[in-house]
Amino acid sequence: MTSLLPRLIACFDVRDGLVTKGLAFQDNIDIAPVEELTRFVYNGQIDEVIVFDILASAERRGPDLDMVRKVSRQLFVPLCVGGGIRTVDDMHAVLAVGAEKISIDSAAVRNPDLIAQGAREFGSQAIVLSMQVKRVTPTESIPSGYEIAIDGARTFTGMDAVAWAIRGAELGAGEICINSIDQDGTHAGFDLEITRMVAHQVSVPIIASGGAGNAAHIAAAFRDAGASAAIVSSILYSPRMAQNTGVRALKEQMADLGIAMRPWIEAPKRPRTDTVQGIPHTR
Amino acid sequence: MKPNMLVIDYRTGNSQSVSYALTHLGVAHQVALHPDLVGDVTHIILPGVGAAGTTMDYLDAAGWIEFLNERVRLQGLPFLGVCVGLQVLFDRSDEQDATCLGWLPGHVIAFDREAVRVPHMGWNFVTRTSDHPFAAAITPGSCFYFVNSYFAAPDDVSNVAGTTDYDGEFAAVVARGNIMATQFHIEKSGPSGLALLDRFATLTPKELE
Repeated sequence: MTSLLPRLIACFDVRDGLVTKGLAFQDNIDIAPVEELTRFVYNGQIDEVIVFDILASAERRGPDLDMVRKVSRQLFVPLCVGGGIRTVDDMHAVLAVGAEKISIDSAAVRNPDLIAQGAREFGSQAIVLSMQVKRVTPTESIPSGYEIAIDGARTFTGMDAVAWAIRGAELGAGEICINSIDQDGTHAGFDLEITRMVAHQVSVPIIASGGAGNAAHIAAAFRDAGASAAIVSSILYSPRMAQNTGVRALKEQMADLGIAMRPWIEAPKRPRTDTVQGIPHTR
Repeated sequence: MKPNMLVIDYRTGNSQSVSYALTHLGVAHQVALHPDLVGDVTHIILPGVGAAGTTMDYLDAAGWIEFLNERVRLQGLPFLGVCVGLQVLFDRSDEQDATCLGWLPGHVIAFDREAVRVPHMGWNFVTRTSDHPFAAAITPGSCFYFVNSYFAAPDDVSNVAGTTDYDGEFAAVVARGNIMATQFHIEKSGPSGLALLDRFATLTPKELE
């Protein structure tokens, strides 16, 4: 029926221009400048990149536009930016420096109309609703057994995750990213249950996030939970993992598991002038 | 002559990303918000993000339609439309019930939300279907990055240079003479997109006659 391929998305939490890696949203260690790591995954032929400015919200400012520019000018796959985006003007600023998509999370919970405003102004395809979800005992108000949290998983809202996803899609979100607080940083696999529940309830593409530790986890998100895309970070670059796997190798492992990913292509020759800074074609 | 490309800019467009890709390829270009700001150019790119009706309203209000008719239709400069920039080439679009440029016969219709997830978002295969010189840079098995809820249904299949399968085949690339367009984001399709963009930059009006 379709040959649309599932996407592998590399995610980077950034503070002061450096990629940082946390565990359950805490205990961060800094790794490298974000433009170096995004170039590294681009050369591995990643399908998409997300960068989060993790200090923006706390510092009550928009995302670091210089940082976004440094990434976007050398990244020729889609770029999504999150962190500190509270208004349509914030969204415009991020898109104007070369991002394709905006991720909104806590700001959308506080002001759901932000989803609709963004979709009206830039189109649904530009608006990713990102949700922090935590497994809880199902109640009347949280029948799915997954609650929405905000502000780096510090505040719980009493909102049901599935209901919020449905509302977000109705308001105009073009994609929904389900980020499991329980699985984040564990390398133990995505929360397939909530991913599957949301994928069944909304028709927009679903991104599985939080917990990817190997190719089999990603394959399960696509095959068993109906995700259209999966976010990876630790596998690619976390020093907390015993061994990291590059994008190309990871996609080959996916292929071995029977999941077709975007095939590797040999990068074309150098740009035609030497005055332009090229991207080294390393593996 | 070395290419000097015009990238048409508008508020909801992705002209910045196109500019970064051209810079990477070493292609001289200018990004202009208004036709009065355009100098001598050899090629024109109309990027696109957003809705067909909004895009047409903007092109009309800023005077771009007259400009494009002059430079593309009369003078024959190589033209590349991207995403919505492909869709507005046809007679009309169901999106916002928009009347479009009408350079190519056909209309733009929506994917069936009952059958597939919409938007069609992600990497998909493009199969070359014509021997137009632009399409020559589409190598077998290559994938490009799409984001579209609507797709073009050209009346004349000879204008289709590449097809993609999503609930059936649709026109991923159109090419007729000096008018070329991709439904996918050529500037965000990795090395395959850059190679095709580079091909566009090297095309001359003579080759496209």
